[in-house]
Amino acid sequence: MKLLLDSTRCQGYGLCQEPAPELIDLDEWGYAQLRVGDVPPGDEEAAVAAVAACPNSALRLVK
Amino acid sequence: MTGVLSLLPDGRHGLLGAPLPGAGLPGVVESSDSVAPSGGEDLARYLAEGGYAPLPGAGQPGVRAPSDPVAPSGGEDLARYLAEGGYAPLPVPGLLLDRIAAAGLRGRGGAGFPAAVKLRAVRDAPGRPVVVANGEEGEPGSVKDRWLLRHRPHLVLDGLRLAAAMTGAGRGCVYLSDAGAEQAVRRALAERPCDPPVDVVRTEHTYVAGEETAVVRRIDGGPALPTAKPPRPFESGVGGAPTLVANVETLARVALMHARPESADAVAGTHLVTLSGTRSRTGADAAALVEVPAGTHLKVLADLCGHGRAEAVLLGGLFGGLHGAGWTDLPLDHDRLRAAGGALGCGALHFLHPEDCPVAAAHEAAAHLAAQSARQCGVCVSGTGALAGALAAVARGEADHDTTDRLRRWSEQLPGRGACGLLDAAARIAGSLLTHFSDRVDAHRGTVCPPCWATSNGEGHRFTVPVP
Repeated sequence: MKLLLDSTRCQGYGLCQEPAPELIDLDEWGYAQLRVGDVPPGDEEAAVAAVAACPNSALRLVK
Repeated sequence: MTGVLSLLPDGRHGLLGAPLPGAGLPGVVESSDSVAPSGGEDLARYLAEGGYAPLPGAGQPGVRAPSDPVAPSGGEDLARYLAEGGYAPLPVPGLLLDRIAAAGLRGRGGAGFPAAVKLRAVRDAPGRPVVVANGEEGEPGSVKDRWLLRHRPHLVLDGLRLAAAMTGAGRGCVYLSDAGAEQAVRRALAERPCDPPVDVVRTEHTYVAGEETAVVRRIDGGPALPTAKPPRPFESGVGGAPTLVANVETLARVALMHARPESADAVAGTHLVTLSGTRSRTGADAAALVEVPAGTHLKVLADLCGHGRAEAVLLGGLFGGLHGAGWTDLPLDHDRLRAAGGALGCGALHFLHPEDCPVAAAHEAAAHLAAQSARQCGVCVSGTGALAGALAAVARGEADHDTTDRLRRWSEQLPGRGACGLLDAAARIAGSLLTHFSDRVDAHRGTVCPPCWATSNGEGHRFTVPVP
């Protein structure tokens, strides 16, 4: 599974990072920064939660 | 004020015009008058002093203005283009594709991606492809694409037709912003309609308008702004169809490789480059559009337009960063420039005079990029603004160690985070300044630097080269 970030949609809400701190950092302006592309085994639920948390649909998961 | 020169060996066909049989070596003729009077080293003097020793593997370079392919009416002469083998039938498209692959032709828009790989990906994707000739060059220091469309529209359209045949496309499009280019292309299409049908789509002239997803979005009726990837246009482009977005120089080279199969390797290994540099005190600008074999040392190119004493070079338009000591030995080559931490990009080179200041150039380049941000990605708006602001502080002598630490960190962390390459370009400008000119950066602390002061509100105008 791959986590993709559409940086044109990221508004810096920062809600994605809380459920998935292993996958996502927030930069000094609050924008999401992916720590990994491929979601490591065991982190799938966190990735799904991060995608669901974004109010602007900036994150998506692809197989 | 921009010269047009061919550095190809006698007899070799190039994009600037047919070769001049028997053109003297070195026969120096300029098609416009800007190459010498810059106050710097000029070409005639350089040649008189024994300049232009043959380059290893590059044959005998001649310096000449190409024969003018432009008809008296102002457009490219169709009859002459046909007589030179233009628009020749392509019974087996796969053979030309194999030739392009074997010759190793790489795209000329900036990324240098192998042309055959892109053509095959579009051909093999599900759906009826669309082919686009991308003539929108957003790099202010590049003129080659607009020159080609204005002066060689048939060559570009021929390449587009061949790309359509190789991919099985049912529709073509020429994408541009330049009014002169549009006029030339429309005239050429009226002279000889294209198969498949070709539309001309006018866009706005911005830094990002030529980025491939911006091209697709504009042709589909939207704004010329990049979108997130994937999908890339070869997967889903114009109207959702697999789309080849090819730079006009790439297509021109495809057409020439079809017309001159015996020269295919040489044609693929040749570049159009735009040379410019710090303007002289009189305001004269030594700039040139030059066709030159790959591997040519940058010093040769700098000498050509009177910038041989340059202290630094800005590579790839604003995309390839600054290079200092040792730049003279860098060759014009995608992979070797990348290995040196730079990028060839669209082949635009800007040379900095020793009395100029690399901090001023970096600040002005970053300010231009910040102003040209599409303002879609928050990280790009914040990142380019922060980079330009910090470089302005360095230029004003107001930066401290924290400022340079932040610049270093941003230059490492920001690349790859925007939807297009603009943020990467700004980050590379800052990173390359710190890598190659850390002493100059340090020397700005608490002082006033005259060149920085003089260009503090430039916003990149110095990088703009007029189209010849």
